[in-house]
Amino acid sequence: MAELFARPAPHDPAAPPVQVEGVSLAYDGVTALRDVTFNLAAGARVAVVGPNGAGKSTLFKIMVGVLRPTSGEVRIYGGSPGGHVCIAYVPQRSQVDWTFPVSVADVVMMGRIRAMGLFRWPTPEDWRHVDAALLRVGMLELRGRQIGELSGGQQQRVFLAQALAQGAELVLLDEPLSGLDVPSQEAIFSILDELRASGVTTLVATHDLNLAAERCDQILLLNRRLVALGPPAAVFTRPLLMEAYGGHMHLVPEGEGVIILTDTCCDGEEAVHE
Amino acid sequence: MSDLLSWLAEPMQYAFMARGLLAAVIVGVICPVLGAYVVLRGMAFFGDALAHIILPGVVIAYLLGWPLGVGALITGVLAAIGIGALSQRKEIKEDTAMGVIFAGAFALGIALLSTQRSYAVDLSHILFGNLLGVSAGDLWLMAALAAVVFLLVVAFYKEFLVLSFDPVLAVTLRLPVTFLKNLLLVLIAVVIVTSLQAVGVALVLAMLVTPAASAYLLTRRLPTMMLLGAALGAAGSVVGLYLSFYANIASGPAIVLTETLLFLLVLFVGPRRGLLWRRRATEA
Repeated sequence: MAELFARPAPHDPAAPPVQVEGVSLAYDGVTALRDVTFNLAAGARVAVVGPNGAGKSTLFKIMVGVLRPTSGEVRIYGGSPGGHVCIAYVPQRSQVDWTFPVSVADVVMMGRIRAMGLFRWPTPEDWRHVDAALLRVGMLELRGRQIGELSGGQQQRVFLAQALAQGAELVLLDEPLSGLDVPSQEAIFSILDELRASGVTTLVATHDLNLAAERCDQILLLNRRLVALGPPAAVFTRPLLMEAYGGHMHLVPEGEGVIILTDTCCDGEEAVHE
Repeated sequence: MSDLLSWLAEPMQYAFMARGLLAAVIVGVICPVLGAYVVLRGMAFFGDALAHIILPGVVIAYLLGWPLGVGALITGVLAAIGIGALSQRKEIKEDTAMGVIFAGAFALGIALLSTQRSYAVDLSHILFGNLLGVSAGDLWLMAALAAVVFLLVVAFYKEFLVLSFDPVLAVTLRLPVTFLKNLLLVLIAVVIVTSLQAVGVALVLAMLVTPAASAYLLTRRLPTMMLLGAALGAAGSVVGLYLSFYANIASGPAIVLTETLLFLLVLFVGPRRGLLWRRRATEA
C-alpha cells in the first residue's frame, strides 16, 4: 500500500520554508497568477493582501500542492510541496460543511491520520496529542461538540488545533479573521504568536489592512502578480497600494496621515472562472 | 402474545420468505453504512445513475446465461471508474455527462431485454427486484459482497472521512486521493449490485440514501450515523417484508415505503433536527 502515497519530498531544515520562483497559473486563458517570486524565512508571519480576485487562494493552493502552476516552481524546505506533510491549510469558514457529523476532537484527529498510517485506529497516544492541541487553542472543554455548534472564532481555532496536531511547520490561513469579533481575532493572534515562537511560518490571507499592519512581520501585496513584499511600513505606501488596488481603493486624508478604504466585501472571492 | 408470535412466524414457514428476509436484512444493513458517504458527499444522483447504467450488463449476462450478479458487478465497476475519470475532465458538467450515459445505457438494457419473450416479467424483476426469488447461492454471494464492503469501509474509515469532510486536507496529508475516490465509487457499485435483487434498479437509491438520511438527522458523529442507519435499514427491511406479505404489496416497494415513512417521521418529530421541535424553539 505504501506505493499509493506520494514519495516524501526532501525536507531540509536548513532550506527556507518557502521558495516561490516564477510561478504563473492560467485557467482557461484567464491569468490567475503571473511570475510570482519570493522567499520566506522560518518563523515569519506574513499577511497576504490584495483586492478580490488577486489570486490569494490560488497562491495558497499552489503552495500546498492542490493546484499545479502552469510554469514556475514552489519549494517547501527544499522539496516540492506534493511530498510534504508539514504544510497545513486552514480553509475559509465558508468552504467547510459545518453540518458534517464530526466532533471537535474528530476534526483535530484528522491532522494525525498520516502520522498514524493506514489501517490503524487512534491509540490513547493519538488522543493525547489531540487533547494537547485542543488545550493549546483553549478548546479542550468543547472537544465533544459537533463543529456546527461552535462560534466562528471557535471554529477557526479547531482548524488551528488540527494544524498543531499535524505538526505543521508552515500554516496557511485563508481569511481566518473575516466575520470574527475583536476578542476572537485576538485569540487567533495569540495562538499565532505561539506558533511563531516555535518557529512555525504562517501566511494569513486577509482583507483587514489594519490588522495586517499591526500584527504581521511582513506584507505580501498581491494582484495577480507580486506587487511588493516587505515590512508593513515599506509596503503600505500610497504608490504601492494604488498599484495593487487601483480604482478599488480610496485614500482619505485625515490629519497627518491617510485613511485607506478598500473594497473588502464578500466571501467566495477568487472567482477565477468568470 | 402467541397470536403475535404466530403472526410473525407464519411467513417464515415458506423457505423463500425466510431467504428473502435474510437478503433484505443484509441489504438493509450494508446500504446505509456506505450510504452515509453518499449522503454526506451529495452523491445521490451518482448512485441512481450507476444503478441504471448497470442494466445492460445485467441483461447481457442474462442473455448469455451467466449469473446476473457477475454481469452487474463488471458493468458497475467499469461504470464507476468511467464516471470517476469523466469527473476529472472539464468539457461538460459531471451531472450532464452522467445523465446522458445513464439514460443511454438504460435504454440499451431495455432494448436488449425487449427482444425476449419473457420481457415484461424480466423487466419488472430487474426494475423493482425479486426478493422472493432469492436462491441460497444468491444469499451467499450477497453476504460475501456485503462483508467485503463492510471490511473496506472499516479499513479506510479515517481516509474516507477526511476525503469527504475536507478534500484539501486529504491532499495536504498526501493521502492517495484518486485511489480513495475510485475505491469509494467501486464500493457504491458493489453495494448497488448486492441490492439489485432485493429492490431492483429503480429503487436501489432509496436503500442507499433514505435510512442514511434519517440517521443523519438524528446524530452528530459519523460512526453513530452508520450504525443507526444500519439499524433503520434493517428495520425497514423487516417491517417492509411483513407489510408485503400481509398487505400483498410487492416486496421492494414495501421496503422502500417503510424507509420513507421512517424518514418522514424522523424529519418531523426527530429529537435533534426535527422540524416540529425547531418550530417550537423559534416560537419560544
